[in-house]
Amino acid sequence: MFHLIDRRLNGKNKSAVNRERFLKRFKGQIKEAVARAVKDRSITDIERGEKVSIPVKDIGEPTFGHAQGGVTERVYPGNKEYLRGDEFERPQGGGGGGGGGGSGDGGDGQDEFVFTLSKEEFLSYFFDDLELPNLIKTQLAQTTTFKPMRAGFTSDGTPTNIHVLRSLRGALGRRIALSALPMDELGAAQEKLDELLESRDEHDPEIHALMQEIREHKARLARIPWIDPFDLRYSNRVRVPNPTTQAVMFCVMDVSGSMDEMKKDIAKRFFILLYLFLERAYEKIDVVFVRHHTQAFEVNEDEFFHARDTGGTVVSSALKLVKKIVLARYPTADWNIYVAQASDGDNWDSDSPHCRELLSNELLPLLQYYAYVEITEGEPQNLWYEYEQVAAQHHHFVMRRIKDAGQIWPVFRDLFKKAGLGERSAA
Amino acid sequence: MTAVAHTDAPVRTPLFSGSEWTFELIQSTYDEIGRIARDFGLDTYPTQLEVISAEQMMDAYASVGMPVMYHHWSYGKHFLSTQKNYQRGAMGLAYEIVINSNPCIAYLMEENTMTMQALVIAHASFGHNSFFKGNYLFRTWTEADAIIDYLVFAKKYIADCEARYGEEEVEELLDSCHALMNYGVDRYKRPQKLSLAQERARQAEREEYLQSQVNTLWRTIPTMQSELEASSSPQRFPDEPQENLLYFIEKFAPLLEPWQREIVRIVRKVAQYFYPQRQTQVMNEGWATFWHYTLLNKLYDDGKLTDSSMFEFLHSHTSVVTQPGVDSPYFNGINPYALGFAMYRDIQRICQEPTDEDKQWFPELAGTDWRRQLDFAMRNFKDESFIAQYLSPKLIRDFRFFAILDDDEQSRLKVSAIHDDAGYAEIRRKLAEQYNLAAREPNIQVFDVNVRGDRTLTLRHTQHQRRPLANSVHEVLKHVARLWGFTVKLESVDDQGRVILCYECRLEKRHGQ
Repeated sequence: MFHLIDRRLNGKNKSAVNRERFLKRFKGQIKEAVARAVKDRSITDIERGEKVSIPVKDIGEPTFGHAQGGVTERVYPGNKEYLRGDEFERPQGGGGGGGGGGSGDGGDGQDEFVFTLSKEEFLSYFFDDLELPNLIKTQLAQTTTFKPMRAGFTSDGTPTNIHVLRSLRGALGRRIALSALPMDELGAAQEKLDELLESRDEHDPEIHALMQEIREHKARLARIPWIDPFDLRYSNRVRVPNPTTQAVMFCVMDVSGSMDEMKKDIAKRFFILLYLFLERAYEKIDVVFVRHHTQAFEVNEDEFFHARDTGGTVVSSALKLVKKIVLARYPTADWNIYVAQASDGDNWDSDSPHCRELLSNELLPLLQYYAYVEITEGEPQNLWYEYEQVAAQHHHFVMRRIKDAGQIWPVFRDLFKKAGLGERSAA
Repeated sequence: MTAVAHTDAPVRTPLFSGSEWTFELIQSTYDEIGRIARDFGLDTYPTQLEVISAEQMMDAYASVGMPVMYHHWSYGKHFLSTQKNYQRGAMGLAYEIVINSNPCIAYLMEENTMTMQALVIAHASFGHNSFFKGNYLFRTWTEADAIIDYLVFAKKYIADCEARYGEEEVEELLDSCHALMNYGVDRYKRPQKLSLAQERARQAEREEYLQSQVNTLWRTIPTMQSELEASSSPQRFPDEPQENLLYFIEKFAPLLEPWQREIVRIVRKVAQYFYPQRQTQVMNEGWATFWHYTLLNKLYDDGKLTDSSMFEFLHSHTSVVTQPGVDSPYFNGINPYALGFAMYRDIQRICQEPTDEDKQWFPELAGTDWRRQLDFAMRNFKDESFIAQYLSPKLIRDFRFFAILDDDEQSRLKVSAIHDDAGYAEIRRKLAEQYNLAAREPNIQVFDVNVRGDRTLTLRHTQHQRRPLANSVHEVLKHVARLWGFTVKLESVDDQGRVILCYECRLEKRHGQ
């Protein structure tokens, strides 16, 4: 007649498949939303879920329905003042009068369908655009890597971790400690026995008693276990976040008039990618924004991306400023220093050789990595050729000409190739 | 009913006093409510109560309430919006989901208090349950014994198709079928019984048979002389307009593969299962609400509920049956719970304490046994006829119903009837019409297939009161064309039978293969 079933322990993610299908179906729109979000977000704040909204009309499931028009007659509750035959104007927007038609009870009135992407989903859409290889995606998507470290010994653990030497040493010590008193007493009894045996007959009751005592002492000694669970020692390992050093990242961007919004957007992705990478490798990261035209300034992120400037371009001004900041605030002994530079390749002709010298001789020796992207479709200019010479000499200087975001990641290829990011920071 | 004199107050031995529920309490409460329900003569399927968590409730919501359902992105969409609303606190989850199956499955949410569990048990396990078992539409159109098994079959079948033909292919097909879901029922024919064993056994057989039928229709090999003569006379196909579009496509679409026909059939069967629910919202919810109200009040009168439980129950009950007026910001159409509940209460009142007006309007009800009358009403009506039969002048006054006529040829709206002597019958008729499925949904039927020519399928929309089709028609036609495989036309026909509008979705060549 009646069953009562507790279903609470059954899985609760019955809808996961359907949810995934939904995301798959609207991948295009979701990617757009993610791209918009990336634009609005700070570089250091990329790892968060995101609210995504899709126009309702795109996700509708069409069915035949009536539109407004023709003759409709509807009954409403709550009449207060009307009498039969009253007439009034048609309300605008179809609120009360037309009743919105018979197209059903769906989500009326809303223009946007909003839902939330989890952090992992958000990142995967972000990476999707950058055409990162899968390995790198997983590398970036992990939160923290841990490294097991030896941390002495513990008295409990799994059998595989038993430390034999320690355990036996402990056992020996215990045996010595526990047998000390019985040994003394045994020795004393033995001596006494020897003495007595010299003067007495071996059937003497006192001798009997002593021999009994000696037997007891021996039995007591025999009862001391050779090894006891108490002796066992296990190697202890703790998981240490890896690595644990600090880094500073310089974002250098040309903000002269020729850098338009699209180029800045690509540049931003470039910076984000470096930031995400550094975040895996370092516990603490400072980000310094340096923008330049003929002069360079240190600015905050908002100004960095949004302020507009015009005028010519002198790249060396930025390099000088970076060097100045490094020397003043980020001693190389304590900081790993990364520089990411984005530009459209314009520079004053006479400045480019100067840049090469500055980089080769003064800046690069201080740095871990220098990544340069030139966002342009035109022919390379003199800065590019000068930089090529630098790249030939220094393996930690990487450069790339790109047209869209999908081409960014090879700039970091070397960086990501180093699987053991820790070694790099120790370098 | 609640005012009890001190002297002869029954000894209160409440079933429960705190708000925490336990399995034992649910068991004993169910037994007690069941005893009272039997005294009232409620006839129900056996019940299966399932305790679930809020997340599971959202899952159940998302797949149209069914415990088993095939996968589709639209259910993911529902899930996301439910989840968002729930997390923002914009929406509480419904107290109950109940499934028209045998045994009748009802969900109890873990978070609910014991009083709410009692309310849900009375509402779902006795109210809805007896309605599912008794109402003629449910008896005709649904197979409570077979639905869960059938859905298990459907889910597996569709999953197999996805594995074999690719998710996208199946998804497109389902999208198209869903677009026609409301046109998958023969309204005037008794459907076949569903049975899992039969389905399985006959599925292969049917595939073959269906395909052969299709082949006959589309056969291009020269026919025998006599047949040729017969077909040379102008003959139309189908002979008569067909209202069941999905069935027509399942049987006759020229290019569908057998597995595609089977999926069309699955969607059609699911649509048919929900067909009665769309027509009995007011009756069904009203019935369940009437019974939870009646049963719990009886429980209280018998001393089995504490005062505080009773208050808690009344609090949720009143919020369920609230009907905001049309000018209220909370107005969102007529609340089926409110209207249905009020109507059953009203029938009960007319039977027990008829006024002169009632005797005039409902001579057959006044003074008779309310239990028998209510049972009759529940069994033999749908929303439309129920309102046409039972909406009393008193209720029209209570709800202050009024009708507004919106004619697009007039510049102004007109109040065509209000709650006065002249208006009662009119309001009743108009409100009933409002629940008439045929008037709510456009009347679209298969009109013609160009069998010998380019295989164009022509649908015909017969306009009701000059009401035009919504813009979605273009999208839907694309779906029809995808199923049909050739060009699809839709003609709108006015009251005089003149074609006034024509939509078309051209499909020249079959792509692929």
